Amino acid sequence: MKTEQLVAALVADGGRAGRPIAATIARALAAGLAVSLAIFAVTLGPRVDLMPALETWRFDLKLVLVAVAVMAAGACCLAFARPQSSAHWRLCVALLVVLAAGALAAELSVLPRGQWMISLVGSNALVCTTAIPLFSLAPLVGLLLALRRTAPASPMLAGAAAGAFAATCAAVIYAFHCFDDSPLFVLVWYPLAMVPAVTVGAVLGRRLLRW
Amino acid sequence: MSFPEDPSALMRAALAGNDDAYRRLLLHVAAWLRRVVGRGLAAAGRPHADGEDIVQETLLAMHLKRETWDTTQPLEPWLRAIARHKLVDHLRRRGFTDHVDIDDHAGTLAAPGGGEEGASTDAQQMLAALPERQRTIVEAISIEGRSAREVGAALGLSEGAVRVTLHRALKALARVYRGEKA
Repeated sequence: MKTEQLVAALVADGGRAGRPIAATIARALAAGLAVSLAIFAVTLGPRVDLMPALETWRFDLKLVLVAVAVMAAGACCLAFARPQSSAHWRLCVALLVVLAAGALAAELSVLPRGQWMISLVGSNALVCTTAIPLFSLAPLVGLLLALRRTAPASPMLAGAAAGAFAATCAAVIYAFHCFDDSPLFVLVWYPLAMVPAVTVGAVLGRRLLRW
Repeated sequence: MSFPEDPSALMRAALAGNDDAYRRLLLHVAAWLRRVVGRGLAAAGRPHADGEDIVQETLLAMHLKRETWDTTQPLEPWLRAIARHKLVDHLRRRGFTDHVDIDDHAGTLAAPGGGEEGASTDAQQMLAALPERQRTIVEAISIEGRSAREVGAALGLSEGAVRVTLHRALKALARVYRGEKA
């Protein structure tokens, strides 16, 4: 087959754009999250004192932290899905780092030194490190399937970003259950709980996202 | 870099459904790819004969992955990234491990090798790896130059069914180029 003949076949298939990749990724994520939310509803459920908790700065700050983490991981996921990524994701990650450092500084300045370890260890570390990987599972499957339609410069990196995106979304769900609101707890245990999804994403991405 | 027409504008027109713009773009890109790939292969000390296969594989990737182009950005860097990915992938498959900087050898450009311009050595074998129905339709449209409607009438299929099969065939062809099963 000559190249000109291949071009004829490509033109016959049509150049008209399909769904934008951001929309493909968003749909897949939404489907995965629906599964995770259902599991959340029948297992953990939101904490009983949700309304009063919303009036405490630590709980609100926790929600802001996980929300910004979702944004940063989402920006990475979309950027790494392309053959050549723009640098926008760096801004989002930088914002997350600054916010995390600020939250840590605020907590250390208001909390007596003797309370630091108690807040860090918390009471829910085991649930946290089990629930977040569990809730990451379905969104990760959805994201990896969606990313198969994309063209990542590095399949492994794109898979890892998908894992981070799934895990941060799982963290948002879990945050509504957890009583440990201290930034000390959140900044230690939440990232640890995201390691499995990121690792699985990287390993699977390397195999599944080649193009 | 020398495109006779602005490739970004052509791609935008193509994405909006302008087939003529898409055809012109793909032909410009094919000519450009021949130079880029020829330079890359020369830099890697590889035979130029593989070049047209890489050109075709890159064109297929560009077609199947066109939604990954951010339409607010120029097309060229995106094209270059796909071409680099495919070239590196090709060299890696053929057991090439040394790093060669393409730009160092930009001056020592290999002249296009002998043989028919644009003819791929392996492409006929690539087509042979497709399931029969897919191969028939790709050959009718590409080699015989018939339209999807004509092919459908000849095979007793609807035009839509021919288009669906053609699209599947192109995805399968991309897998065959990567050395996977169709």
